[in-house]
Amino acid sequence: MSHMDRTSHEELARRELARIRSIPLNPKARMQIPVQDMPSQDPSLRRANMSEVASGYTAEQAMLESERCLQCKNAPCVTGCPVKIDIPGFLAKARKGDFAGAVSVIKRTNLLPSICGRVCPQEKQCQLPCTLGKALGGVDKAVQIGRVERYVADYERQAGLLAPPPAAGPTGKKVAVVGAGPAGLTCAVDIRRQGHKVVIFEAFHKAGGVMVYGIPEFRLPKDLVASEAGVLESMGVDFEMSFLVGRTRKLGALLKEDGFDAVFVGTGAGLPKFMNIPGENLVGVFSANEYLTRANLMKAYEVGKAATPLYPSRRVAVLGGGNVAMDSARMALRLGAEEVRVLYRRTREEMPARGEEVVHAMEEGINFDFLASPTQVLGDQNGRVVGLEVLSYELGEPDESGRRRPVPVRGSEKIVPFDTVIVAVGNESNPLISRTTPELKVDRWGHILVDEKQKTSIERVYAGGDIVLGAATVILAMGEGRRAAAAINEVLQ
Amino acid sequence: MHSEHTILSKRQLSEEVYRMEIFAPLVARERRAGQFVIVQYDQKYSERIPLTIADADPEKGSVTLIFQTVGASTHKLAMKNVGESIVLLGPLGNPTHIERYGWTVCVGGGIGLAPLHPIVKALKEAGNRVTVISGARTKELLIMQEEMEALADEHIVVTDDGSAGRKALVTEPLTELCSRTPKPDLAVTIGPPIMMKFCASATQPFGVKTLASLNTIMIDGTGMCGGCRVTVGGKTKFVCVDGPEFDAHEVDWNQMLTRLGAYKNLEKEAHDRCHMEMSIQKLQKEQAAGSKGEAGADNREGSKVR
Repeated sequence: MSHMDRTSHEELARRELARIRSIPLNPKARMQIPVQDMPSQDPSLRRANMSEVASGYTAEQAMLESERCLQCKNAPCVTGCPVKIDIPGFLAKARKGDFAGAVSVIKRTNLLPSICGRVCPQEKQCQLPCTLGKALGGVDKAVQIGRVERYVADYERQAGLLAPPPAAGPTGKKVAVVGAGPAGLTCAVDIRRQGHKVVIFEAFHKAGGVMVYGIPEFRLPKDLVASEAGVLESMGVDFEMSFLVGRTRKLGALLKEDGFDAVFVGTGAGLPKFMNIPGENLVGVFSANEYLTRANLMKAYEVGKAATPLYPSRRVAVLGGGNVAMDSARMALRLGAEEVRVLYRRTREEMPARGEEVVHAMEEGINFDFLASPTQVLGDQNGRVVGLEVLSYELGEPDESGRRRPVPVRGSEKIVPFDTVIVAVGNESNPLISRTTPELKVDRWGHILVDEKQKTSIERVYAGGDIVLGAATVILAMGEGRRAAAAINEVLQ
Repeated sequence: MHSEHTILSKRQLSEEVYRMEIFAPLVARERRAGQFVIVQYDQKYSERIPLTIADADPEKGSVTLIFQTVGASTHKLAMKNVGESIVLLGPLGNPTHIERYGWTVCVGGGIGLAPLHPIVKALKEAGNRVTVISGARTKELLIMQEEMEALADEHIVVTDDGSAGRKALVTEPLTELCSRTPKPDLAVTIGPPIMMKFCASATQPFGVKTLASLNTIMIDGTGMCGGCRVTVGGKTKFVCVDGPEFDAHEVDWNQMLTRLGAYKNLEKEAHDRCHMEMSIQKLQKEQAAGSKGEAGADNREGSKVR
């Protein structure tokens, strides 16, 4: 596929917009408007820089894409959205060019649209049940809700319209939010709106959680995350950075001694999972968490400036098929690896990564070895990685998840040279809070147990995000933060 | 956003060793023997540097860090002055399990004497008889000697070059102590990994339970990155949340030493670059001072001529 630049996208959209403005727009005509592709950096250039890959719709594209929406009465898209954005409502405003109006509709239920527009797996959420997509025979033909969401959110910020949501007058109540990731930030906003004092405790020196340590700059620019956190600050939310609840202060002490009326725990992902194969502690094997944290949070890609070193890699294997695997692979490429291969035990269809990330990775020259998984990591006499022994699989009978189970092909082991292995097969839960708060009930994987209102086994303590769900997504974490905030606001009334 | 902690005092203990007191009241109150902190000399490009806590004063709200300038990052930390701020997160890791063991032997090597100090203190307070072995390359690298002298029931000093105490490695007196009857009930060792490895081999034949405090590479220090993983008793453990102390006889020391060397070349480069920058700065300062001096001299000469 040849790469199309932004100006060409803009030109095409302008012509199409002029055409539809001259005809009566009935559903049939709407269905004929072509899906607006996302303008992006040329793959041959972007594979060597950290700048954002997708450059965002033009105004014409945003209007055109919104015109594709059939404004279904039952709005199946809204049911697919974890935070229940009024999607037909904001698209109705966007198609008229009222982008400020559109973003204010979104912000009724989602304060972080510029982030969600970029990182939500829309094809599995709002865009999956889209009537238009169904009628046109594929989710890729659905209204590109996320891209319009991103456009109107960026419009708001660039036009200087970003304003903190109003907070009610002081109530005398205060709430501690543990973790400044998507769950915590969302929860903090909703509680602060009611006038309660909110203090966010964050272990890192920057706010954003996975959005700053995990998701790379080229997919989610960090100044954008910082500006969203800045909105919280201007609402009067306090941030206590480099503060590890459980160690710097126990959870119980926040409630009993520091006068907090409620606590929300959104501590996120924890200990990285490994494959449990021989050789995983060799030098050159990294968890995706470590690899990405070095590059993103610690800015190790700014060689010469950042003090955190990066392992010099030429041939990189990434194990896993999710978004984190895609991020690791594409980061490795940008950090100068000559060859990056993603090894995944199943096939492209079963990959949990967002479709767009897989396409982007392929365009950039990442190689995919499907139906392949390593059996051991091989090292040299200095304890450094020199390769993987890889076993091939084939698809067998469907398992309990309905996906066809990968079955190893006996005797198919072969040795492939690599100097770096990045393991991106998920996380266990972080044990810190539960170990230092024995009365907090967790399941056998260490995830905090909550009821339908996100309440834990301790009175006035709520939890949400990855510490409850295991490895999930930014938007699911936000949804949980929101639900917890509603419950906390109710209790504090 | 509140994140910074002020440096209250700074003292250079030897050419490479610095002692800093940092204002961190919550950490000072919560920390227990055996725990560590992560510091950054700035918010932007600093590495996250795990450092053990040498002492704390809850009333003053301060923690004391003693560190050796082994690389570029610790050098930059050492260049920070009183009144300036650093980022500090902690206390991290599990505290040392303190109980009345009976007779304990505490072995500290070089900078490892700093984190050993609170452990010795806690063991004494719990009613143990404590023998301390202080070891270093040379006399001037021996730190916390007054404190150890005051706390220990028996204090053995060794240096590699014999400039203080016995000319020996710490393993020599350690082996002697283990050969006594009754043998020690517990040994604790903190210092360079290679020293801890040999301490483990020294005590193992005597069946003296030995704890070692591991100083692996870390990024977050809170159980997220897995960079600090070590094999202990055949299982992968995370030093930041499962440690930092482990049964020294169960640690795969060779693997740990290999993993510590992962960035050796890059670290050396960064260190050299840092040294060069510092020398240039020093030279520039000297030149600036020198030109002032010269100007003064010129004036004097001028006055002479006149």
